[in-house]
Amino acid sequence: MLKIEPRKNRSNFLEVSAPVIAVILTMIFGGFLFLSMGKNPFEAIKLIFWDPIMSPTFSEYSRPQLVIKAAPLILIALGLSFGFRANIWNIGAEGQYIMGALFSGSIGLALYPLDAWFIFPLMILGGIIGGIFWAMIPAILKIKFNTNEILVSLMLVYVAEQILALASVGFLRNPEGLGFPGSRDLSKYPSASNPELIANSGIHVGVICSFIAVVFLTYFLTYHRLGFQIKLIGQAPKAAKFSGVNVNYIIIFCLGLSGGLAGIAGMFELTGPAGLINIDFNVGYGFTAIIVAFLGRLHPIGILFAGLLMSLTYVGGELAQFMLSIPAAAIQVFQGMLLFFLLSTDLLVSYKVSFNLGTNNSNPKSKSE
Amino acid sequence: MKIIKICSIILSTFFVSSFAIASDMKVGFIYIGPPGDHGWNYQHDVGRKAVDDAFGGKVETVFQENVPESADAERVMTQMALSGTDMIFATSFGYMDPVINVAKKFPNVKFEHATGYKTADNVSTYSARFYEGRSVIGHVAGKMTKSNTIGYVASFPIPEVIRGINSAYLAAKAANPNVEFKVIWIFTWYDPAKEADAAKTLIQQGADVIMQHVDSSAIMTVAEEEGVYAFGQASDMSEFGQNAHLTAIINGWAPYYVKRVQQAMDGTWKGGEQTFDGIGAGMVIIGKMSDKIPANVRKEAQAIADGIASGKIHPFTGPVNKQDGSPWLADGEEADIGTLLGMNFYVEGIEGDIPQ
Repeated sequence: MLKIEPRKNRSNFLEVSAPVIAVILTMIFGGFLFLSMGKNPFEAIKLIFWDPIMSPTFSEYSRPQLVIKAAPLILIALGLSFGFRANIWNIGAEGQYIMGALFSGSIGLALYPLDAWFIFPLMILGGIIGGIFWAMIPAILKIKFNTNEILVSLMLVYVAEQILALASVGFLRNPEGLGFPGSRDLSKYPSASNPELIANSGIHVGVICSFIAVVFLTYFLTYHRLGFQIKLIGQAPKAAKFSGVNVNYIIIFCLGLSGGLAGIAGMFELTGPAGLINIDFNVGYGFTAIIVAFLGRLHPIGILFAGLLMSLTYVGGELAQFMLSIPAAAIQVFQGMLLFFLLSTDLLVSYKVSFNLGTNNSNPKSKSE
Repeated sequence: MKIIKICSIILSTFFVSSFAIASDMKVGFIYIGPPGDHGWNYQHDVGRKAVDDAFGGKVETVFQENVPESADAERVMTQMALSGTDMIFATSFGYMDPVINVAKKFPNVKFEHATGYKTADNVSTYSARFYEGRSVIGHVAGKMTKSNTIGYVASFPIPEVIRGINSAYLAAKAANPNVEFKVIWIFTWYDPAKEADAAKTLIQQGADVIMQHVDSSAIMTVAEEEGVYAFGQASDMSEFGQNAHLTAIINGWAPYYVKRVQQAMDGTWKGGEQTFDGIGAGMVIIGKMSDKIPANVRKEAQAIADGIASGKIHPFTGPVNKQDGSPWLADGEEADIGTLLGMNFYVEGIEGDIPQ
């Protein structure tokens, strides 16, 4: 029989090297997956992990793309990680991301074609408010009626998608777009655009914001009382209550933080890489960020690396797809493998698995574990 | 020993691919969904394979599936261009702006964009006159409905879709003056669950023939279960509804793709061109008609298809009024291409509003 029990002496070395081991395991098993499909595994792995960063053909373009793709993932995952630590499960970051984009987009489009310095900051504010507004619905319902925030926030994603569709074909549609869905291109409206700050670096205001958020939230989690309370609620909810932590306040804070960061991510995506509000504006960053948050072990610095790694598997995965004709589904399996190995090596760092043949049934204690 | 064996297999695959034969030209395709959708993307992939077959080893094709119509499309096309692709077919409307942006950065790469309206020196567009096919199946629908109610599952209120509804309605009305259309807009091209829900709603409202301008085969499956009729979209979908499937509008991209790749190789390819072909050129194909359709109706439908192909029949021929009753086409007048490409109104007789 299989038994999982906590390790008494946790090895620091293992804890640090676990992600590296997971990546190596993914490469090995992923390699076999590609081999079984008749593709060259070395070339596939090289295309996914090496070429986007180092290849002379692709890297000049894909390095900045890695940063661009990672920025929204990092921003959203940072917010989510606080809630996840406190057992507050915001699954609807995708919806908050959409609402952030819609609020900021509405501001920008309403002021078009005015040329003024305050439009961009106003739109950032709009993005934050939009995201917080959408996250407050599950928060308030949870506090007032004890509803399940997982369900409410998830369902609100679909509501947000409908509003997005409505906006794209209705009230935000480009009046010069010949009736086709989609708003004006904000990236071509200087006062509202979010261009690269340094040419070909991929670094825009959103990227800088996500780095600032990493630093700030690391500090917050480590030194601020609220950061401590969030950790405490997650690890010992009863102890937290006895010590006078206001749970409702924590719910509002965690959902508000994740909503606001998702909204700001939506705003930067809208004004930069995406350019316009359209029906297909959201491509799943809000959901992928949940994976990123856990890959980063819910720690801001971990999330920074996890976001970059995730982005690498996307950009590199695309390369592998069309260079070697690997189906998109196989790349998704590969990404799934990475997640699986990261989580399982994580588990094996803190727990050990013991095999205990036969005698188990006579030991009621182990049964209950 | 086993390990040595495995290693040798791995090494051999490594070397084999390193010695791949260099082709004269590399052509890339990007798809909005999976080529296994039995619909829109499947037919583009059929076109890609036709290019493979037509040129043998001279042309190498690559493709990428599930490319969202967003910043991701721009990245995928840029990476394709960087990898040495000479020509890119972007097969969905939403790739329009990304195509224009990437084309600017790679003036030597030739771009072909499906169903869009923006061109450049190295960007041409192509689209099919699907409304011609809709006219043929509209006639069949008008003849086959017993409840005189035809359901229509529509995607987005863009000119292409509105044109299809109008064309189908005019043909159905000509075949059966009592016919009525019910349209549901679902704001997606591909969502089997939403498509099925819309079809069920239409059936509850009395529709016994369902038409669709969305991509999946879900509506056909529902029609088969509920015992009503439907038409294949983009591909023949008879395997999803043996009894329900009347016929299909099949997208025939292969002749166009082969022609354009040939032109690119000959150096006669030009940007800035806008191709808009229909049944005559083989870009729209009417599928096999089911035995469920009476022989005389089959004959009439074939005659309409042949008439459209030869140019004798135009699906939009007056007298036709707009929905609000204002005149659009005078008796015998045919619609001009500009009005068709920008169509944003229903013709008289269709109830309901186009979502604005």
